[in-house]
Amino acid sequence: MKTASKKVSAEELVKDALAKVKQFADYNIFTFVNEEEAIRKAREIDARIKRGEKVGKLAGVPYALKDNFLSPEGETTASAHILSGFKSPVAATAVAKLEAEGAIMIGRTNMDAFAHGSSTENSYYGPTLNAHDRERVAGGSSGGSAVAVALDIVEFATGTDTGGSIRQPASFNGVYGFKPTYGCISRYGVVAMASSTDCIGFFTKTPDDMDLLMEIASGQDPKDMTTLPDYYSDDAANGRVLPELSGSGARRSRPSPRGSRATSRAAALRTPLRLDSSVTRPVRRIGVIKDFDNESVDAEIRKALHDKCELLKSKGYEIVELEMPALKYGLAAYYIIVPAEVASNLSRYDGVRYGFRSEKSEDLSALYLNTRSEGFMPENKRRIMIGNFVLSSGFYDAYFLKAAKARTLIVKEYEKAFTKCDFILTPVSPNPAFKLGEKVDDPVAMYLEDVMSVSLNLAGVPGLAIPAGETKKGLPVGLQIVGPRRSDKQLIEFSKELM
Amino acid sequence: MKYLPTIGIECHVQLCTKTKLFSEVDNDARGKEPNSCVSPVCYALPGMLPRLNGEAIKYAILAGRAMNCKINATSRFDRKHYFYPDSPKGFQITQFYEPIIGEGYVELPSGVKIRIEHAHLEGDAGKLTHFDTYSLVDFNRVDTPLIEIVSMPDIHSAKDAHDYCKELWRLMCFAGVTYGDLYNGNMRFDVNISLAPEGSKVLGTRAEVKNLNSFRSVERAVEYEIKRQSKLLDKGEKVVQETRGWSDASGETTGQRSKEEAKDYRYMPEPDLPPINLSTEFIEAESAKLPLMPADYRKKFDKTIAGDILEVLLDYPSLMNKLNEINEKYVKNLSNLFASVLLAEEKSAEYLNDLPSATDLNELAEMNEKKELSSTATKEVFLRLFDPQMKGRGAKNIAKELGLIQENDLGALEKIVDAVLAKPETAKAQADFKAGQEKVLGFLVGQVMKESHGKANPSSVQDILRKKLT
Repeated sequence: MKTASKKVSAEELVKDALAKVKQFADYNIFTFVNEEEAIRKAREIDARIKRGEKVGKLAGVPYALKDNFLSPEGETTASAHILSGFKSPVAATAVAKLEAEGAIMIGRTNMDAFAHGSSTENSYYGPTLNAHDRERVAGGSSGGSAVAVALDIVEFATGTDTGGSIRQPASFNGVYGFKPTYGCISRYGVVAMASSTDCIGFFTKTPDDMDLLMEIASGQDPKDMTTLPDYYSDDAANGRVLPELSGSGARRSRPSPRGSRATSRAAALRTPLRLDSSVTRPVRRIGVIKDFDNESVDAEIRKALHDKCELLKSKGYEIVELEMPALKYGLAAYYIIVPAEVASNLSRYDGVRYGFRSEKSEDLSALYLNTRSEGFMPENKRRIMIGNFVLSSGFYDAYFLKAAKARTLIVKEYEKAFTKCDFILTPVSPNPAFKLGEKVDDPVAMYLEDVMSVSLNLAGVPGLAIPAGETKKGLPVGLQIVGPRRSDKQLIEFSKELM
Repeated sequence: MKYLPTIGIECHVQLCTKTKLFSEVDNDARGKEPNSCVSPVCYALPGMLPRLNGEAIKYAILAGRAMNCKINATSRFDRKHYFYPDSPKGFQITQFYEPIIGEGYVELPSGVKIRIEHAHLEGDAGKLTHFDTYSLVDFNRVDTPLIEIVSMPDIHSAKDAHDYCKELWRLMCFAGVTYGDLYNGNMRFDVNISLAPEGSKVLGTRAEVKNLNSFRSVERAVEYEIKRQSKLLDKGEKVVQETRGWSDASGETTGQRSKEEAKDYRYMPEPDLPPINLSTEFIEAESAKLPLMPADYRKKFDKTIAGDILEVLLDYPSLMNKLNEINEKYVKNLSNLFASVLLAEEKSAEYLNDLPSATDLNELAEMNEKKELSSTATKEVFLRLFDPQMKGRGAKNIAKELGLIQENDLGALEKIVDAVLAKPETAKAQADFKAGQEKVLGFLVGQVMKESHGKANPSSVQDILRKKLT
């Protein structure tokens, strides 16, 4: 990561990035450009460098922030009309950690409104274009962030991944995209999509940058009770097989409130996090999932997968074929659990306290109906309706509870798989980037894009999307490496073997 | 026909934790500006997550133990959805599937036992104030921790309903988990009432009267419902299952909305909060902190304090706890002073918040028993002990300053008596007394008291006078 120093000033880095923002304006990447504030911050860092003061690990590094991260700079809208005009008084924990190391946000990136989608076509601000083919989608929901990194506007961008929203746009644009273990990075201050599957992660050009960002952003946060102890804790560093999800998938066993308070205090005392982790057990066996390597997958993507397997074999790794039949319930379970949580989490957008309020609000019921009808995108409404349906009394057992059970099966399926192999290599999505408008009217086809990504979110396991070549048409192909819970660091390290 | 009423009560208790249930913001909004005790979490900004308050867990354990309830080792939170401006998140975080407090019972002073089905933790909602063309919302109350106590349908009369609510209030106040201010809604009661013909094994259709905030209104609402439902049933009509509102002014309940329109709350597990896992050691250690409860005091002071006085004092946990600190031999004396002097005093509410030390009270009782203070003087010094101006000076010092200490030195008293008897204006009274007119003795005692400036012990004066005049 190119940081500011006596040779290169932060101001130059920031101005360079801002110039590229203008150069690529027609890709519709940014919903807000933080020009003044970014330059002011850059000068501040330069002054400190000049005075010989200590600066952070990301001093002067410009970055792009997905529009669903709260920060007092610009409006936080999650690219949804209903949040128009919302200026947050607080910053997300992840943002605060990055900025404490000197990173400078140069703009907010476009996304599917509330992260509902796989193409960034569901944005109130219109779609973002693919970095390699302007007729194609950027992927989604973190499309703007992926394209910002792919076009070298910034060296990194933040993303959120609820069912593939980092990995799929990363693979559509040929960059690294990481969805960490659930709970690795605090969700505090990130507009919630589905609380039990939302993960904060990054887009980068290299595994080392990813590792650095994870080191900075991860760790237990008292403001998010679902966060895990440090990414580089003794547990995470020394044992490859780490504390697993237990019991039913929907209700993972987490530390008691007393426990987590105590450890979070301890964690605060231990910062900065340790860097010297070593994999005690060498990675030898890589699994390939049979069902994700058949005719339903694009031939060129399969070829990329086979090529990487050959590469690994030549390096002495053993390739293990995995049967993971429970994964076929993944998409169905996902599209029940996630809409249920979505419907619940979106209840707060009612036009009463902040954001958009319909002009037509002559009484309370009109205020609710019109604000929500006008403020949400069609895909938001679709998910709210599915979610409310599966939670309604009489249907809860038939849908939500059953999906929660399927989720448990998926958790167990991954546990079993990781007794047979160390990491799993799969495609991220069955196809490379599709054409703009191609699937926008076919929600089911759009949901099928997520078939290979969602099961990781249900199981809480980490997945890293890596660039794996191009199709004949020049479209990037991405693969993902999947690891057991809390193997995040080793997983990023291992990805270098596939470069 | 004769009917047996069956009553179930749900009681919401606001916990007096320092901060709110799900964020670290002031939970004590008493006397504060609207929307001044509000965090981004209460306000439900995007991306805000609940953070569970450990103190509320400890309070829930105390509350549960006060009702002889089992504390569940594992409990969880759920979301209960509804749209209303008092609910910023669009849902309430409650415990629908696995509550923290399990089965138990409350024993009424009459000996009747009411079983508790369960009790759970949840966040309170905000408060709306309606005006002609608009409404204002105050979020100060949002996420104030509540425990909702659900009784079994073990109550069968208006009086038991009243006594149960009152006993719950006492238990929660003694456990120290609530301010217990009913007027300001610290405890609110929802009462279900149904009637069934006597001997019937099936319960009748129930009506629910919501949001009652006094024991008296619980009792009156139940009485009213029993009458209303009896009339309906006598006429062969049906009771509608519905929520009814109570008006204290008219003394009537009126239908609000029927259950057909009841909302579907779409309950689901709260994904932002981990389950509460409590170890046996933790539950035991916290339970051990439960102070003496009304039942303990009834047992303890059974022989010392008169039953009616004890029941009055049991409404004031601070007084009972003070009596517990006081020297046993003075408990009777001081409990009488508490009941008849302190509670009759205009400023008693203010005084109750800051009681004098046990040492001061012991000293006062001792002076009274040694006859150093007359009963009138004792009452006077007693009240001064509560006076912020006098507090901390000690009973003896206050009595001295006020010149209230009685003259008990018989030699000195005799001299005063002699002086009075030597006065010509007492000659007639002396003669009358000698002639057998007992009542003039009072006049003579009065003269001696006057001569002593009120410090003489009147009973000693009487003794001396009798000796001298016979």
